[in-house]
Amino acid sequence: MMGPISALGRWVRESVTNAGFATRTFLALLATTPGLLRRPRLVTDQVHFIGNYSLVIIGVSGLFVGFVLGLQGYYTLNRYGSEEALGLLVALSLTRELGPVVTALLFAGRAGTSLTAEIGLMKAGEQLAAMEMMAVNPLQRVVAPRFWAGVIAMPLLAAIFSAVGVVGGYIVGVLMIGVDEGAFWSQMQAGVDVWKDIANGVIKSVVFGFAVTFTALFQGYEAQPTPEGVARATTRTVVIASLTVLWLDFLLTALMFD
Amino acid sequence: MPNLVDISDLHFSYGARPILAGLEMEFPRGKVVAVMGGSGSGKTTILRLIGGQITAQKGTVRFDGRIVNARDSALMYDMRRKMGMLFQHGALFTDLTVFENVAFPLREHTRLPEELIRDLVLLKLHAVGLRNAAHLKPAEISGGMARRVALARAIALDPQLIMYDEPFAGLDPISMGVAANLIRRLNDALGSTSIVVSHDVHETFLIADYVYFLSQGRIVAHGTPQQMRASEDPYVKQFVHAEADGPVPFHYPGRALADDLMRGVPQ
Repeated sequence: MMGPISALGRWVRESVTNAGFATRTFLALLATTPGLLRRPRLVTDQVHFIGNYSLVIIGVSGLFVGFVLGLQGYYTLNRYGSEEALGLLVALSLTRELGPVVTALLFAGRAGTSLTAEIGLMKAGEQLAAMEMMAVNPLQRVVAPRFWAGVIAMPLLAAIFSAVGVVGGYIVGVLMIGVDEGAFWSQMQAGVDVWKDIANGVIKSVVFGFAVTFTALFQGYEAQPTPEGVARATTRTVVIASLTVLWLDFLLTALMFD
Repeated sequence: MPNLVDISDLHFSYGARPILAGLEMEFPRGKVVAVMGGSGSGKTTILRLIGGQITAQKGTVRFDGRIVNARDSALMYDMRRKMGMLFQHGALFTDLTVFENVAFPLREHTRLPEELIRDLVLLKLHAVGLRNAAHLKPAEISGGMARRVALARAIALDPQLIMYDEPFAGLDPISMGVAANLIRRLNDALGSTSIVVSHDVHETFLIADYVYFLSQGRIVAHGTPQQMRASEDPYVKQFVHAEADGPVPFHYPGRALADDLMRGVPQ
C-alpha cells in the first residue's frame, strides 16, 4: 500500500522541485538579456542558424499540408456547393491553427533536438564549465542568444509555413481541381482579419517559440553529462515540447475564442 | 608576500559520501605546487573548490586575500578573471577554430581592437608552439595539441593562478615532456602561481616546487619532490615507486573471494 503512495509523493515532490528549478533558470535567463542588447550579433547569428535548420522542413511540410487542405477542403465544401470558399478555408486553417502548431512541432523535432544535443554535449565536454572558469556566464553567452533566436525564428517560420501552405492549397484547388481563381483569392482577402486571425496566430507562435526553445535549452543545460544523458534529454525535448505546444494551443485558442 | 591560495580546515562531501576532510594547504606565489594522489582521492575537487564551482560544507578557501564563495556569482566572476584553468581534456569550444578559442576570453573581457587581439592570440599560440595551427578546428588536432591550445586560452588574460587538471593524462612521452616544460616555463615567465593536479610522478616531480599527497580526502604527506622521493611514508612509497599493493589495496573492498565462490548462483 505504501509503495504507490510513496511513489506518488516522490513524483509530486520531484515535479515541484523541477518546476521551481526551471522557473529559476528561466528568470536567470531573462536577467541576462539586457547584456545581450549590447551584442545583438550573438542573437542574429543564432537566428540565422536556427532558421536555416528548419527552413526546408517547414517549407516542404507547409506545401504538403496546403495540398491536403486543398483536397479535403474541396471535398467538404463541394457538398454544400461553396467550393469558392476554399481559399478562405485554407487561409484560416493555416493562419489560426496549423501554421503555428505544426511549425512548433516541427521546430521541436528539428531545431529543438539539435539545441538540446548541442548544449548537452557542450556540458559533457566541460565547455560550459570552462566558460564559467573564464568568468563568462554560459547562460548569457550560450543559452540566452539561442533562446531569443528561437523566439524570433518561430513566428517567421510559421509565417513561411502558412504562406507556402496557401500556395499549396492554390495549386491543388485552383490549378488541379479547377476552383475559380478569382473567388479563391477574393474570399480569402475578404474573410481573413488581420487582428483576429493573423495576429492571434502570430501571438500563438511567439508563445510556442518561448515554450519550445526554453524546453530544448533547459533539457540540454540540465542533461546528465553522458552519452545516454544527452540522448534522454533529446527525447524529453520532443515529448515535453510537443505536449506543451498542444495544451498551450488549446488554452490560447480558448482564450482567443470570443 | 602572503600566499596566493590558502585552504584551511576544508571539508567537502557529495551527499553522505565524504570527499575531503580537514584539508590544510598553502600555495605560495610564484611556485608550482603539485597535488598528487590516486584516482578518486579528491584532487580535482580541490580545484573546483578553489574556482568556486562547488561549495564546501566547512572551512575556507582564500584566493588573493578574499574568501571564495561559490554562491556569490559576482565575486566569483571577478576572482575567475585572475584564474586560468586547464581542464583534463582541454574543453575547447568545438565549433570555434584554435585561434577563436584563444581569442574567446580576450573578446569577452576586453575591448581591444581586433588587430591587437590577433597579435596577442598569435603570441600565446607561439608560446605553446601552435601558431601555425591557428586555423584548425579542435577536431583536426591531437589530444596533446588540444591541451596546449587550452593552455594558451587559459593564459590569455595573464592570470595570477593557473590550475592544471591532470595535464599529463593520456599523453605520449614527448607531449608529456612538452607539457611539463611549458607549465614550468609559463609559470616563471608570467610570474604566476600554478597548481598541478596529477598522478604522474616523474613529470610532476621534475617541475614542482612542492608536493601534497592526498589519499581518501586527507593530506597524508607533503614536502619538496626530493623529500617525497626519500619519504618512508608507506602511501608515498607505494605511489612514488608504483607498487601494486600497499596501503592502497589492489582489490575493491568487500567480501572475500572464498565467500563469493561459496555463495553459488543467486536464485
